[in-house]
Order: sequence, then structure tokens, then C-alpha cells
Amino acid sequence: MYKYNEFDEGFVRSRVAQFRGQVERRIDGSLTEDEFRPLRLMNGLYLQLHAYMLRVAVPYGTLRPDQMRQLAYIAERWDRGYGHFTTRQNIQFNWPRLKDVPDILEALADVGMHAIQTSGNCVRNVTSDHFAAAADDEIADPRPIAELLRQWSTDHPEFQFLPRKFKIAVTGSPNDRAVTKSHDIGLRMIRNAAGEPGFEVLVGGGLGRTPMLAQVIRDFLPQEDLLPYVEAILGAYNLKGRRDNKYKARIKITVFENGLDAFKADVEERFARLRSQWSGVDQDILAQIEDHFAPPAFRNAPVDGFEAFRAENPVFRAWTDTNLHTHKVEGYAIVSISLKKHGATPGDATADQMRVMADLAERYGHGELRVSHEQNIILPHVHKSDLPAVWAALREAELATANIGLVSDIIACPGMDYCALATARSIPIAQQIATRFDELKVEHEVGPLKIKISGCINACGHHHVGHIGILGLDKAGVESYQVTLGGDGTETAAIGEKMGPGFSADEIVGAIERLVLGYLEIRRDEEETFLDAFRRLGPEPFKGFLYGAKETADAA
Amino acid sequence: MSRRFTPKVVSANHLIEGDAVWLTEDDRWTRDMAQAELIEDEAVAQLRLLFAKGQPSVVVGAELVDAAKGSDGPVPTHFREAFRTNGPTNYVLGKRAEGLKPRGHIPGQEADNV
Repeated sequence: MYKYNEFDEGFVRSRVAQFRGQVERRIDGSLTEDEFRPLRLMNGLYLQLHAYMLRVAVPYGTLRPDQMRQLAYIAERWDRGYGHFTTRQNIQFNWPRLKDVPDILEALADVGMHAIQTSGNCVRNVTSDHFAAAADDEIADPRPIAELLRQWSTDHPEFQFLPRKFKIAVTGSPNDRAVTKSHDIGLRMIRNAAGEPGFEVLVGGGLGRTPMLAQVIRDFLPQEDLLPYVEAILGAYNLKGRRDNKYKARIKITVFENGLDAFKADVEERFARLRSQWSGVDQDILAQIEDHFAPPAFRNAPVDGFEAFRAENPVFRAWTDTNLHTHKVEGYAIVSISLKKHGATPGDATADQMRVMADLAERYGHGELRVSHEQNIILPHVHKSDLPAVWAALREAELATANIGLVSDIIACPGMDYCALATARSIPIAQQIATRFDELKVEHEVGPLKIKISGCINACGHHHVGHIGILGLDKAGVESYQVTLGGDGTETAAIGEKMGPGFSADEIVGAIERLVLGYLEIRRDEEETFLDAFRRLGPEPFKGFLYGAKETADAA
Repeated sequence: MSRRFTPKVVSANHLIEGDAVWLTEDDRWTRDMAQAELIEDEAVAQLRLLFAKGQPSVVVGAELVDAAKGSDGPVPTHFREAFRTNGPTNYVLGKRAEGLKPRGHIPGQEADNV
């Protein structure tokens, strides 16, 4: 994993010192809020409904145990004993006091972390596949590329004041677990016919009020052309992107309004000009970065104990059925730790839970943790013989819920419980749906189903790409929940279709229950997932479950 | 014709803690909305807002927010403002943890204070 060099360390420390001075000047009155606001946002500090919120970057979702422990320490010392893992693989603290934030940033710097560029109109945390370097379907580890992009984009003088925020995701696997098609730039690592590494480059994806899937701007970009090409895209966007209207300022609108061909022509022309200015030093740096990501010393050990324990323990077996993913190394598994215990807040972990996960990563997981965009924590490298011990420890910490990829593994944004932009709450809806399906005891029968909830049109909860998406709105002073169906965030990405009128907070859980139980009645067989059934049958039968047959006819 | 003025309170976030505060009649900032000044005259509302905005090293984002007269002081008319008197609904943190009674109607909670 990447370790800061002297330059990184010096840069982050100097930014902490700079922000400390800015906070002091804000508190003593020398800076107004208008002057201070952009400065605090550059350091990830928001002001929300009930308190400040500090968003800490977890680059491409990768964490070391000492970093996770430091997050636990911060949660206890300066916050309220917990943190919230987000859909962009970051962590948010919901209760810091302004005067403590410089100390928090100092504590982050102690473990090579920061909150720089987690807000503002700049290149945000580069996200990646949470199974990177572990999944058996991977072409290459995307994290060195993500780290290269992070280094290049951090404090990049040309790209600190873009028309709007800018999000990049990289996947090294054909099975897209990084939602690349909903990013401003999506990079899919591929190899050409000659076997050389490169990227399929996607541009102009985004969710929010105008959801769009990214389009391919380059079928194959050689690896060494990456930074000049990304620079060309950002340069074109920086000039062509709209600054007159915040809601039309993302690159998806720039691409849409100019047309992909015209935008691409601009990018290619810039790229041709820029390419020769890149001496290749970036590739030398990439090679150094790759050394940081050398695979751990995997061990070869028998797995008989695991198989025997699994055979005799049905609860453990259920957990291994849902929470493990195939590892590329024989004898190993990828463990997903669910932060979605039924009834709990999706993505929240207490300081104690963070320490348990850190300890497990250290003892059994080659010292690696990942944050997934689905708001769970991953131990990417666990030998199967250690799984019973890992599971037992997780169970004790209430972290062994066997629900990864199921109905109750819900993505939910903070919503109006915390967020100043929200129009309705998300968390209680997620809690109630999970609790209800736990009571019904059907979620294993239902199988893979992704519910994603956003508390406003900005879509932090990715509702557009949920198999079932729920959008919370304020309808004449009452919380109202609109349902979309058929969304998909993977390589077969799709934007969900809006169903009919919204449901009140009291009605939405029942509506989702009818929908899911209805699906069980009409699926072809147990193999046909909710999404497959929706794709085969279209929205009508599902509308029927939601609204009843008569209302559907009326609405049409 | 301009729209009829509806009663308001001046609300903001505290500079250091970031939590919701309301302006009282005697120029204090309170964390208990019950103690806020309910302003029923538009001209007074604008003056009180100016007064609030003149305290940038105490509060952030002062604004006029709709409120109604309750039995023991102003109550919110919108659920967002009710949440600001309550804290998040997923944990007992924020205002509720400080022992303050939520005001207005919190959807899903039985006891209203309207």
C-alpha cells in the first residue's frame, strides 16, 4: 500500500498549519464566513444541519490498520464515537467542533491521511474497485493508477476552480464494481490485441438531477498516455463547461450540449498538443508507485478446518454464502464486513468496531482494509483457515450480518438527519426496510437485490442505479418517496425508470414489501434476479405491485 | 401585491459548535427554540436579521425561518426546522442529547409540540 514520501508528508503538514491559521483568523473575526467558507471546503469541512461535518479522503478506499485505528481515535476524542463511510469510499465525521478541526487534521496527517479536495470544484477522491488486487476476475490492480491520478490532481494549479466538482473512478476488472459509468471520467483497464495495457475511457457520466451514463470517448488509450489525456479532458471541460448555472456545470452537460463528437475533437486536439510535453517522468513515478502495491506474502495452508467448521455451523455457512467473494489466490477469500446490521444506520461504524476491523486486518488480513462504495468494509486477503476466527470476532462486534448484496444491504445517504441539502430523510427508511425484511425472513430467498436511497435529487445514495431506487422529496411540506426500478451500476449500467406517484414515509416500506414479494411470485425461477425479471417483464407488473392494478390504469 | 408576511424566527448555526441556535428577544442566541423571539412584523424581521448578520464571529448563516406561535414559545412549521430542534432521528445526539424537547412535528414520533 502507498506510503507517503517526504514530499507528501511535507505538503499535508503545511496544509494543516495553513488551515490552523485560517481557523484562528475565522474565530478571532479577521475572516468573514464568506472568506472562510471556500477555505474550509478545500479542507473537507462542511456546515450541516446540526453541526460541522468533516469528510476525510480514503484514497481509492484503501486503508491500513493504523489508519483505521486513528479514525477510531478521532471519532472518540473529537466526535461522538462513530464515523460514517460514504458512497465515494470516504469517511465522514458528523460532530466536529470548528476549533478542533486543525487537531483532527494533524492526527490524520500522523497516519498519512487528509481531507484535501473532498469538497469544492476540483478533482475529488479517485475511487476504485474495493476488491482491487484480490478479485479473480481482475486484469490488473487499478490502485497504482488511482494513486498516480491522486498525486497528479492534488493541488493541480489549473484544476482547482473547475466549473463544478469532478469525479474519477478506475476499475481493473471487466466486472465493474466501481460504478465507472456514473463518473465524470470512468477508466476501465483493458489490454489491446497485442496484450499491451491501456484503458477504455468513459466520459460524461453522472447521477444527480440529470442522470446520464458515461460514453466511450476512447476505445483504447495506451497506459502511458493516461495523464496527458485526462489533462486534455479536464482542459476542454474547464473552458467549455458552463459556469452560469450550477445545475448545468458538470461535464455530463458539457458533453451532452456540445455532443460527444465535438467534445472528443477538442480533447483529441488538445491531447495531440500536450502529449509531447510529457517526458515520461509520470511513468517513472507510476513504476515507483507500483512497488508500493506489491502483493502480500500469501501463504499456502490447508483449508480442511474451514470446510469442517462450515459444514457443522449453519450460521457461519450462511455468512460465507453471502459475505465472501472468490479470491485470485487459492485458499484465500475476500471478506465483506457488513455495516448494515438490520435496523442500523447504513455505513456507520463505532470506534470499537473500527478497532476490531483494524485488529482483524492486522492479524488475518495482511494489513489491508477497504471501504466499498456500498458502505461496507472489506478485508481483501483472508486465508480460509482463518475465517472461523474472523467471523467469531466480527460476531462479537455485531459485524457479522450475512446480508451482502441482499435486500437489507442498502446504500443510504445521510439525508435530512444530517445533511443541509436534503429534502427528506433516508436513514430511517433504510432502517425500516431492513428491519421489515429481517422479520419476513425472505431476503436469502429473494437473492441479489440492490436498494439505494437518496434524500435529495443530488443522488449521493445512487438511487438512479439501484435495482430499486428510492428518492426522498419534500412534497408540500411532507416527506415523500419516489420509486425508480431497473437501475444498475455495473458493466451493464442503466438508469432506473420512474414509477408513479411518490409514497409517504408511512407507506414506502409497505410498498417496497409488496414489490419484492410480488417479484417472488412472478420470477421465472430462483435463478432469475429482481433486475433480470424487471428487464424481462418491463415495469407494468411491478407498478401493479406498487400501486394495485386499478391505480396503475388510472395513472396511465 | 407582496405576499402576506408569515411569522418568523431568526435562526443560524453556532460558529464553533455548528449547532442550531435562535435569536431571543433580549439579543441572546439560544439552543432552545422555545426561547426564540417570534417576529410578526416584516420590518422588525428585517432589522432583527441585520442584527444577527452583524455577529459573524458568533453565528453562521443567519436567516429568517417560518415559525408559529406555540403554547410555550415558537414552534417550527416545516419538518426540516423541527429536525433542527431535535437532532438526527437515528441516534440520540445533538439537541435531544442535551435534554432539549423537540418542537413541532417530527414525522414518526408520537409527541408533537405544536
